Amino acid sequence: MRLRLVPAETNYDFFRYARLTMGISIVAMIASVLLWLTVGLNFGIDFRGGTTIRTEAVQPVDTGAYRGVIEPLGLGDVSISEVFDPSFGADKNVAMIRIQAQEGQESVSGDVILQVETALQGLDPSLTFTSVESVGPKVSGELIQTAVIAVLAALGAILIYIWLRFEWQFSVGAVVALFHDVILTIGIFSLLQIRFDLATIAALLTIVGYSINDTVVIFDRLRENLRKYKKKPLVDVMNLSVNETLSRTLMTSGTTLLALIALLALGGDVIRGFVFAITWGVIVGTYSSVYVAKNVVLMLGVKRDWSKPDANQGNQFGNIDA
Amino acid sequence: MLQIAAWKRVLIWAVCLAGILFAFPNAFYSRVETHNDALAEIEALGATPEREEAAGTWPGWMPNSLVNLGLDLRGGAHLLAEVQVADVYDDRMDGYWLNVRDALVEIRDQVGFVERLDDAPAGELQVRISNPDGLEAALSAVRALAQPVASLTGVGATDLVVSGQGGVITVALSPEEKAATDNRTIQQSLEIIRRRVDEVGTREPTIQRQGADRILIQVPGIGSAEELKELIGTTARLTFHPVVRRTANPNVQPGPGEAVFQDLEIEDEYYVVESTPVLSGEDLVDAQPSFDQNGQPSVSFRFNPQGARVFGQYTSDNVGALFATVLDDRVITAPQIREPITGGSGQITGNFSVESSTQLAILLRAGALPAEMVFLEERTIGPELGQDSIEAGRIACIVAFVAVLAFMALSYGLFGIFANIALLLNVAILFGVLSAIGATLTLPGIAGIVLTIGMAVDANVLVFERIREELKTAKGPSRAIELGYERALSAIIDANITTFITAVILFALGSGPVRGFAVTLGIGILTSVFTAIFVTRLIIVMWFERKRPRTIEV
Repeated sequence: MRLRLVPAETNYDFFRYARLTMGISIVAMIASVLLWLTVGLNFGIDFRGGTTIRTEAVQPVDTGAYRGVIEPLGLGDVSISEVFDPSFGADKNVAMIRIQAQEGQESVSGDVILQVETALQGLDPSLTFTSVESVGPKVSGELIQTAVIAVLAALGAILIYIWLRFEWQFSVGAVVALFHDVILTIGIFSLLQIRFDLATIAALLTIVGYSINDTVVIFDRLRENLRKYKKKPLVDVMNLSVNETLSRTLMTSGTTLLALIALLALGGDVIRGFVFAITWGVIVGTYSSVYVAKNVVLMLGVKRDWSKPDANQGNQFGNIDA
Repeated sequence: MLQIAAWKRVLIWAVCLAGILFAFPNAFYSRVETHNDALAEIEALGATPEREEAAGTWPGWMPNSLVNLGLDLRGGAHLLAEVQVADVYDDRMDGYWLNVRDALVEIRDQVGFVERLDDAPAGELQVRISNPDGLEAALSAVRALAQPVASLTGVGATDLVVSGQGGVITVALSPEEKAATDNRTIQQSLEIIRRRVDEVGTREPTIQRQGADRILIQVPGIGSAEELKELIGTTARLTFHPVVRRTANPNVQPGPGEAVFQDLEIEDEYYVVESTPVLSGEDLVDAQPSFDQNGQPSVSFRFNPQGARVFGQYTSDNVGALFATVLDDRVITAPQIREPITGGSGQITGNFSVESSTQLAILLRAGALPAEMVFLEERTIGPELGQDSIEAGRIACIVAFVAVLAFMALSYGLFGIFANIALLLNVAILFGVLSAIGATLTLPGIAGIVLTIGMAVDANVLVFERIREELKTAKGPSRAIELGYERALSAIIDANITTFITAVILFALGSGPVRGFAVTLGIGILTSVFTAIFVTRLIIVMWFERKRPRTIEV
């Protein structure tokens, strides 16, 4: 007996609730943008400069006491948070201390870090500093710029590639779906105030890559079916294509999610934000492949005569053979 | 029908075998590392029995390249430095002043007296001539000093821009010469940083240029970024000056051609010295930590022949005078010259500890940095944090692996097991490639591997689902398998190329850990496509040839 995520034959109507799903997507995107503008992203030092110090102690973390010894140093905005992880155990208490970028300095000078470390060790001699990172405002400004360029470049490159391989309507549909995924990820990061840093950008690009993967598989089947059923209404061909690939879509998302959940639970706190972003992206990306990308294509309409020239023959991918 | 040429079969298995072989050393990481370190030591310092023994822990005929562990996994320090390239312009102008003066003195009858203006903007030399009518003659005399720029991009340009207004001549470096100078400054800085870091002898430091004027330095295993900064951030410009007088007044006004330097140890002790040094660190050929006659740590040095001659001459002429040894504008020591020193070697004594004398000797040996550096970014990662991350990553990988393997076997039965074999080979080849190209594995890179494990089955899933569909139209199992591969191919290629595009962009724009992630993601895509369309297919074909089943269930 095989494990089946979906029955062998499915015939769901994915456009039955098209208005509802589109509505949900649009509301979620607007909410995300609003959250982004009002609450804002919790930028890490990569993007706003400053210093983070990670401390490890045998005694429990007392953020109030930590703050008490650091504040007199007059370093401006200091945030202290305790870090939890199931793997830590009772005698491993971790905290993250973030200090704002200091006026007129590129990276925080060693003296400042030493002052903070000495002050904290006065409080608890068992305290060790497992990582100290400091980024100057000059670099952080450039990193933001690079990050934005990276995301836009990825979207642009995919737009062009899909356009070359399919039709422009497909590439618009795919990029709208990707945009949707990126915006919703920024939204959840604003809502939950998870630290948004360089790794999160990497996660965003991975989401883009993953989500396009799903979308392309459905598009590929759609193209094939458009060739096969020349007279069937577009909606029906689309439904057929999604139904035919549904088992694959859920299998792949399923295995990827299995791997990601393992990493989320056991991979340690350092990359939890990063893994969370990708996990969220896989879920949102799967949804958007099924409900956003093809709806946009449907709205734009698409040419029906795919008989010639065959996009799949005569190019370099048509005759790969093992 | 399902046929794969014999040479293709051999090639596919050869690739898999090579992947496993190259991945293999990573399973014995510390042993292979000991072996590699020992080999490097034998290479550099000669063989000793201990080193031979350490080298023998891993057979020499096996591949011995390992996946480098990134700073976030191994612990160490990361610095991003910006070289203040403009610093060098002033030095160049100081050098030109003497030439300009000499050139103008020759035509004194036309230009009158010559005087350098102290308040010239940074990087410019301004000279006033007392006879403004001679400006044209002065300008052409100064312009004659210009040299062609020695660089590929600056062909045809000269190194100086000379302009004049109302008796004041302004000399500055031309844009081409600035570009060439900047380039030289960065190259020199890179070289000196490399020498300084190598002197400390850590494993596999990364020292590379980034952009126009930045240098990225990553040193695994060093205690903190602060330590690294002390080592490479010091300019270490050693100069020897005649002392004019000693004073406790920090606001003392130096006379023309004089400079004031503070003592390195004693806060309220200042020296007024002649600003042109008698000798500088460039004339040193060697420096070693040593002990003076009182058993205090000190640094011995040796001058090159030219430096030795100047030093001998000066000390002979100035017995009894004070002579200051100045490091980066702070006076280390200013002893009295008791007797002429003609041997070309000397000793710097000061308030040294053994560590600081060793450090100074390293800095002097490696040479002075041509310009100051400003640190834009610094990161220290403790080794225990890296170890924790490796441990967590390892456990997560194993769990992810087991879960995916079980899921595939349950979903696709025998074909699922074929896909699982391909998945195991995939990860082996991935590690093999990472080791062979000397890629760096970072924490996000581990996440990339886990993600690859999840996504690698995708191509197989696409094919299997397709075979299932083709089976429904009942063309017989072998035809169904063939069509399944054929028809799933375009989806596999398109889907993976788009993901690969994002990996390339990440690699191009990212740095450090993000780049490590891009590398594992990109290579993971390549290996997973290879294993899915070649390896799994070959396994299925081989199975099919043996069993010749009438029906198959996928």
